[in-house]
Amino acid sequence: MNYQPGTKEFVVENRENQTFLVNREVFVSPDVLRQENRAIFDRCWIYVGHASEVKNPGDFRSRSVAGRPIIFVRDREGAVRALINSCRHRGAVVCREREGNTRGFYCMYHGWTYNNDGTLRGVPGEEAYGPSFDKKQMGLVEVPRLEQYQDFYFLNFDANAVGLEQYLGKAKEYIDLVVDQSPSRKMEIISGVQEYEIKANWKMLVENSVDDYHLIATHTTWLNYMRNSGVDIRPPKGLLLPTKGLGKDLGNGHLTTDNPNYRGRPVARWISVYGEEAKEDIAAIRQELVQRLGEERAARVADTNRNLVIFPNLVINDGSSVTVRNFFPVSPDLMRVTAWALGPVEETEAQRARRLHAFLTFYGPGGFATPDDVTALEAAQQGYAAWREVPWSDLSRGMARKEEQLDTDEGHIRVFWRRWNELMGARA
Amino acid sequence: MNKVLDKASTVSCQDVEQFLYREAELLDSWKLDEWLKLLTDDVSYLVPPNEKPDADHRFTLFLIADDAVRLRERVIRLKDPNCHAEYPPSRTRRMITNVRITGVEGDTISVAANFVVYRHRRSEPPRTFVGYYRYKLKMQDGTLKIAERRAVLDAEELGSMGSVSFIL
Repeated sequence: MNYQPGTKEFVVENRENQTFLVNREVFVSPDVLRQENRAIFDRCWIYVGHASEVKNPGDFRSRSVAGRPIIFVRDREGAVRALINSCRHRGAVVCREREGNTRGFYCMYHGWTYNNDGTLRGVPGEEAYGPSFDKKQMGLVEVPRLEQYQDFYFLNFDANAVGLEQYLGKAKEYIDLVVDQSPSRKMEIISGVQEYEIKANWKMLVENSVDDYHLIATHTTWLNYMRNSGVDIRPPKGLLLPTKGLGKDLGNGHLTTDNPNYRGRPVARWISVYGEEAKEDIAAIRQELVQRLGEERAARVADTNRNLVIFPNLVINDGSSVTVRNFFPVSPDLMRVTAWALGPVEETEAQRARRLHAFLTFYGPGGFATPDDVTALEAAQQGYAAWREVPWSDLSRGMARKEEQLDTDEGHIRVFWRRWNELMGARA
Repeated sequence: MNKVLDKASTVSCQDVEQFLYREAELLDSWKLDEWLKLLTDDVSYLVPPNEKPDADHRFTLFLIADDAVRLRERVIRLKDPNCHAEYPPSRTRRMITNVRITGVEGDTISVAANFVVYRHRRSEPPRTFVGYYRYKLKMQDGTLKIAERRAVLDAEELGSMGSVSFIL
């Protein structure tokens, strides 16, 4: 620890000495979380849902987004909206179901009713209100901003934020690579959601989602499973993993890994785990990609894995299956994770089943890998209890490297921290 | 459970109860290789997502949907000290109640049961998993075998249960 900077900054970077330190207080402090809520979650574009979750007019999903109760709904005219799920009268949530299709929402407290576009429809005993009571002004409040890119809807509580596309910047290319898997460029959220808590600070899941350095130690048993299934997982000389992947800065705090695939992809790279009977089908999926996109682009789509972080808290893992997951802090040491599977709308039953099977081998609370990630994050959180005595985490891996940053370096994780630090500004 | 059973139609509810209790004992004592012997060669082990308890794993994202191959790999993983989520192994205790035979078709017996599984780990809060099982048991060589094992959680979300890294 001879480079101990002895300051109380959150993030201390020294390019000359090639050191990058994160103050562990940021994982335990309620003050930091309060500041994050204002400086990050109230100002950044936050993922709310996918168009496929509200296919038809009246379809809705109620969910908590950045601490607010939100109704993600397609109204009767077909417009997708994010309404704040709180009665204008006395505040009760007006939608208590997880999902469904409805013409409107009903407040069970005093019986106010709203149309599915949020407009106020009925107020029992309306005559008791004075002339300044204007029903037209009393609809459910919409979030200040709601925009979409390739059917991924994001909201923003800052009315003055830059547009979503500008915000996403170079990350759009990586969303495009996901969407290109579908012949019609239409992906859908597959039914079934995994909702679970991790007793760790939310930022650790950002790090973990793109941290390929941990794979060997944390996911030994998953690698064993791959090997037992006939997949070649031997790393070439000088590498920690079977292929040479990169960690990339996409600007605005967005980042990705970009790795030649070795672990199979439903679209479209066969591995032995899928079984001989799947070989022909996967070849046909690949053929379609080549015809539609050309050899080069098809290879880009089919032969690379990309774990993408859209700052601050959306992860799209386009790996051995596609997962969309976001997570919100509940307290400094607790986050709530929601994970979905994403697939091309055209998939056949067999293709969909293969995709879901591949998903569960690695990902999710019952997978062969995610529970060990959770354990690692919770172990780190336990260690952070000693943040006063051991104040700094080291994220300097790869800084000495002159060439591109590998996925097993920490260059892309530093991208997150720099942006996080910038938005957090001076300590409050 | 050494009694030789002739065919599915003669299996009593008590036979089934004793079978499930024996399975619970093997799982709670982490005798996973012995547990594997209770399974048919084409077993499936399913934990549907909390909000879609009746779904089909071919179309819906489950928490767990193991075929026989992956379930055996899961046991290999669970026995490995590098299975960090279960090393050291969780202390689990299963309470199995309300056991009923809900149907017999050929050699297949459908069984319903309720469960409470307590999971304890050092430095973690105790976790309680509540729900029901749906089994398909088969008569093979005079003993019951598990052909399908579906564990359905009652909770609206996995939430503070965290992971299902052990056999539920």
